[in-house]
Amino acid sequence: MHASTTSAPPILQARDVSKFFGAITALRGVNLQLMPGEVLGVVGDNGAGKSTLMKVLSGLFAPSEGEIVFEGRTIQMQSPRDSRRIGIEMVYQDLALAGNMPIHENIFLGREVQKPLLGLPLLNKKAQREMAQEHLNRLKIHVKSVDQNVEDLSGGQRQAVAIARATAFDAKVVIMDEPTAALAIKEVGKVLDLIHILKEQKVAVIIISHRMDDIFYACDRVMALYQGTNFAESSIANTSRNEVIGWIMGTKGNTTALAHDGMVQ
Amino acid sequence: MTTAATTSATDSGLRQTRLLETYGIWLVVLVMMIALSFLSETFFSLLNLTNILKQNATASLLALGMFLVIVTAGIDLSVGSILALAMVSSAVAAQAGLPWWAVLLVGPLVGMVCGALNGLGLTILRLPHPFIMTLGMLNIARGATNLVSGGVPIAGIDPQVRYLGQAEFDLSFIQDGAGLPVSLLVVAACVIGLWVMLNATPMGRHIYAIGGNPQSARVSGINVDRVLVWVYTICGGLAGLAGLLLIGRTGSAFPNAGLGAELDAIAAVIIGGASFFGGRGTVAGCIAGVIIMGLLRNGLNLMDVSVFWQQILIGFIIVGAVYFDVVRRRASFRI
Repeated sequence: MHASTTSAPPILQARDVSKFFGAITALRGVNLQLMPGEVLGVVGDNGAGKSTLMKVLSGLFAPSEGEIVFEGRTIQMQSPRDSRRIGIEMVYQDLALAGNMPIHENIFLGREVQKPLLGLPLLNKKAQREMAQEHLNRLKIHVKSVDQNVEDLSGGQRQAVAIARATAFDAKVVIMDEPTAALAIKEVGKVLDLIHILKEQKVAVIIISHRMDDIFYACDRVMALYQGTNFAESSIANTSRNEVIGWIMGTKGNTTALAHDGMVQ
Repeated sequence: MTTAATTSATDSGLRQTRLLETYGIWLVVLVMMIALSFLSETFFSLLNLTNILKQNATASLLALGMFLVIVTAGIDLSVGSILALAMVSSAVAAQAGLPWWAVLLVGPLVGMVCGALNGLGLTILRLPHPFIMTLGMLNIARGATNLVSGGVPIAGIDPQVRYLGQAEFDLSFIQDGAGLPVSLLVVAACVIGLWVMLNATPMGRHIYAIGGNPQSARVSGINVDRVLVWVYTICGGLAGLAGLLLIGRTGSAFPNAGLGAELDAIAAVIIGGASFFGGRGTVAGCIAGVIIMGLLRNGLNLMDVSVFWQQILIGFIIVGAVYFDVVRRRASFRI
């Protein structure tokens, strides 16, 4: 199971994490390990706790129990600002971009490039435009101009901008919540290729997805949550789509036939 | 080569569209001024023009503060009451024997405190909409105004205190009786300050981001609550400063000052092209909105049109301006 311990230590770990909302238990003793440069798929049915776990990892929620370990150190995060500072970035399902603002301002939102003048924290928009353009080039993302407002972009371009924003500051871990769910089919491939580019650049990625195509195209490893607990995990090479679909439904060791039967019932 | 050329072409196209969107409203101002100078002989005199500027200085400051709040998709109904409270507080402070320079600070400070309370109430109490908190403040500040003043005007304000609102630099060498109002310089300083903050500092971009998508602002690590408290504090401070200008112009602090002024400020901001949904609008547009309303009132006065008709006309213009905003938004969601 943990052959990975022989190589580099994990970059990000959740250890025995639980999260309660009042009487509701969203996560119960969940463990997660992410290796440097690895792409991990997280699957599970609605309400399995995927999104909650990701929000705990990105500092939006504090865990009720358990700890988050980043690069070997236990970390306490009060807000997404803290997680961004150490290099954990989240790409939200609703993208969380400000449509009324240009691409370059979205990429640098909350981390603007500044050029102080007489103590005034003035923006350096020129540098910001150039750095944004360079970064988009590095990720092979094509837009007409970094001055375009985000609301004028297609869904795929917006997703690309959201990913660009997540990786603009040497992120070590990028967490993506359903990165292809809202996209036209022809745009899905581009986003998955973008994940490959991130992997080449040694960024570790966690992808939450319902789409087996995404998981099996982009991921090295897949783990399943079921009713707020760890259910199963495997390297992509050692599993199959039907087995993973079985995990999502809470069954193990499914054959092809069983998985289909399960779906019909 | 070719890609670079097309990129710069779309860049300049983008900038042109944006320029038109930002400054197109000034074409309306220009057309109105030309029309009015044909319709009325007295309109295009220096005396009348400086008069318009002086009369609208107070409204400009209220509108600037309101603009800032509306960019965050908020609203501040209390600016008229804050203006009045700032006025009577200044007058009472003057009567109590405070030196004139200290009296000058009272108005803006009272405004900032009221604004900060708006912001804190909004963010700490988690009230569902700024409408509620500022509606509360509208009543609180107006009630406090009447309490402090006993419901009667307070006259006898020192000339030093009146300076900002009343004084003019003599321009009689150009035309008899004309002058450059100091209040215009106060407004200009606020316009420039606000423009720099909104367009050239991170704080300003955060304000636009909060109006565009508060969720995005939050997850980008922006302290949304802190920014909102500042926005309402600045809005209140500008209302206090507006009160100081009004004391200067009228020479007394009257407790009914600024009744309904918040609605005029909202109207000017909306006419100036800011979106009620937040995240959109410019300082220049906001000032254009104030001037359009000022020109309209002035022109219709000069042409002896009844104030009742003026009000009806302004009503139509507000509806028309917002309809334009709706059409523009629909157009931008064409994808």
